[in-house]
Amino acid sequence: MDLFYPVQVFADWFTYQLFGLDAVSRLGSSVNFFVYDTIKILVLLLLITHLMGAVNTLFPIEKVREYLAKNKLFGLEYVIASLLGTVTPFCSCSSVPLFIGFVKGGIPLGVTLAFLISSPLVDGVVIAMLLGLFGAKVTAVYVLTGIAISVIAGYILGKLNLERYLADWVTALEGDKLNLGTEHTENSSFIRSVSSEAFTIFKRVYLYVLVGVGLGAFIHGYVPTDFFETHVGADNVWSVPIAVLVGVPLYASAAGVIPIAQALVAKGISLGTILAFMMATVGLSVPEGLMLKKVMKWQLLVTFFGVVTFAIILSGYIFNSIL
Amino acid sequence: MTIQVLGSGCMTCKTLFENTKQAVAELSLDAEVEYITDIQKIIEMGYLKTPILTVNGNAVLVGGLPSVEEVKELLEGTE
Repeated sequence: MDLFYPVQVFADWFTYQLFGLDAVSRLGSSVNFFVYDTIKILVLLLLITHLMGAVNTLFPIEKVREYLAKNKLFGLEYVIASLLGTVTPFCSCSSVPLFIGFVKGGIPLGVTLAFLISSPLVDGVVIAMLLGLFGAKVTAVYVLTGIAISVIAGYILGKLNLERYLADWVTALEGDKLNLGTEHTENSSFIRSVSSEAFTIFKRVYLYVLVGVGLGAFIHGYVPTDFFETHVGADNVWSVPIAVLVGVPLYASAAGVIPIAQALVAKGISLGTILAFMMATVGLSVPEGLMLKKVMKWQLLVTFFGVVTFAIILSGYIFNSIL
Repeated sequence: MTIQVLGSGCMTCKTLFENTKQAVAELSLDAEVEYITDIQKIIEMGYLKTPILTVNGNAVLVGGLPSVEEVKELLEGTE
């Protein structure tokens, strides 16, 4: 039983009855696809951002830091940092204060980086989009792989003793001057703060969803099914690394990229390659690198990007062999 | 009344600064709105998320992007 069956009924009515479009025409199928996918994704987005907002209100980032700094967890701290990264909404503008706040708050560099990797890579918006467009199985594989990447890459980076490559001003910053026990004076109720956080995210991405799904719908309706097989050729061993290396510098909203990715998969590009491309796009980017350059020397920045890029390429091959 | 918007210079922070200026104008408050991008200062305040909106040195909002109307509510709540 498809939970979204009523949405399909509505999309069919909207496209074929109200607008009188032909179900087998390109325009008809594109519009139908657009209406169905947009409604489905926006509903999922509202649900998941509320869920994440609830977790995030219960475990605010300041408490997370306190917990990670005070407890010896014998390696489990990488997993915890990475899981907490997934429920923390990521804004690249917060990455710098977050990074310093963690490192100077006594959290090991590797654990901080695990958090920094998983936060954009596995995020509520990404999960909602994947669920809506690719289904539960692909979403589960993506989420588990994303967490694995951040744990493993964080662990490796932690073992490399890269602390000396923090920017000098960060090293000079005295940790005990920081106000670690910041208590938030929350004056709004739990439900209100969850909802306002969820709607903040919703407002930030809904436009990208519309544009992304619109482009995806266009590809679905107008690009011939065997287009990529004819023009690009079957996937070869290099397609994963090339897709990842193209995706790394790109900065794009997951909400815009995922619908296009789904349409490309429907037209014959292999799923694993596309997932790896998506990970590279949402996980790393030039603007994020420029932000982090303020707190890292280039040795650390390059190692960080290198290890994560390598891990994403590896997962691309894993995706292609199991999906 | 001193109002400050602290951020790392990203789009969200700039928009909050603009919204705050407009809110102050619409409420015709006697206040100067300052925009601070000194990361060190944000860190010393102990916050991990940006942007931050402060009124007379007290943070009234950390993270998130309120609309002009919501900023007005926040500012009115501090009077």
